[in-house]
Amino acid sequence: MSLSAVLFGVWLLLSGHYTPILLGLGVISTLFAVAIALRMDVVDHEGHPLHLGLRILGYLPWLMFQILRANLDVARRVLGPTLAISPRMFRVRATQRTDLGRVIFANSITLTPGTVSVELEGSEILVHALTADAANDLREGTMNRLVVGVEGHE
Amino acid sequence: MEIALDLLSWALLLVGGFFAIAGGIGVVRLPDFYTRLHASGVTDTGAAYFILAGLMIQGGLSIITVKLVLIGFFMFFSNPTSTYSLAAAAHRSGMAPLDGAGGPNKPEPVEKSLAEPIEPIEPTPTKPGGAPPSQP
Amino acid sequence: MALGGTEMFAAAALAILATMALALVRAISGPTVYDRVLAVNMMTTKTTLLIALLGFLAGRPEFLDIALVYALINFVSVIAVLRLFGRRV
Repeated sequence: MSLSAVLFGVWLLLSGHYTPILLGLGVISTLFAVAIALRMDVVDHEGHPLHLGLRILGYLPWLMFQILRANLDVARRVLGPTLAISPRMFRVRATQRTDLGRVIFANSITLTPGTVSVELEGSEILVHALTADAANDLREGTMNRLVVGVEGHE
Repeated sequence: MEIALDLLSWALLLVGGFFAIAGGIGVVRLPDFYTRLHASGVTDTGAAYFILAGLMIQGGLSIITVKLVLIGFFMFFSNPTSTYSLAAAAHRSGMAPLDGAGGPNKPEPVEKSLAEPIEPIEPTPTKPGGAPPSQP
Repeated sequence: MALGGTEMFAAAALAILATMALALVRAISGPTVYDRVLAVNMMTTKTTLLIALLGFLAGRPEFLDIALVYALINFVSVIAVLRLFGRRV
């Protein structure tokens, strides 16, 4: 199961010890964690979305650039002599097919300073924006389209 | 080369520190809870990533960098989630956001935008000064 | 490490400390409980960064493990606090 493999990989990276006894302990603790997760019934397709694979790597640089841009914008407005803000709430449509896609979209909205997703309601997200520009950027729907692209066709 | 990397990592650390302080000032200065979320977002993303990146350069290719990447990874997923649950909890408790430029509380400024279906692609015309993209 | 490396870590750590102080101001003065939770959430993320920076400052990379654990606990604690207040409000 891929969850075990990922957990054991993390354990290996973090421990940095490769003697048999410690490796054995690592295997035991990994299996223990997976057993608990199975008992709690939290293991599913969405929990460790490896199937998104490389598509998300294409999305991350764009997201990082947006985060940087938004950071500069918010920092500039916050530090300016007059607080040049016009907060507002509005809804955007999330056209992702799966819950995971919507979660990625909502989290991306929140990660970009200037917009915070407040509530997920079916296929719409209630968003609070700090400025009109941030709101309009989001309304254009570029981020929505890109996340749909990350979701891919299954 | 060594010096160049050091300079780069110092620059990253300084930029991160700048974002941290900017976010801190924002949290104190902004008028209501929802707007403060954005300032907190600045410290959670800008400051955190820049400082972690600066440290990664100092760490070089080693277990240190791997751990820093993991810290960044967890922050990347957990911060927006906790911000979201905070915002959602505040919203459910009936806290009304400020409307416009620090105007008075209006009960639900959202409802009217609910009535009209949101057009996804149409580039909303803004005021002349605010061409939507590419404003640093 | 070339000249002035530790000073840079110290400068970043000072910036983080200043931010934490500002967050503390908000935590104390914050009109609603959500403002306070927001401020505390901010403080904990900054603590994670601060621990990592201190690890570099002291030349002890083991600190990073603590920062890692802190990053994980932070998330759980915010959710737990929100559950608590969500039930009460």
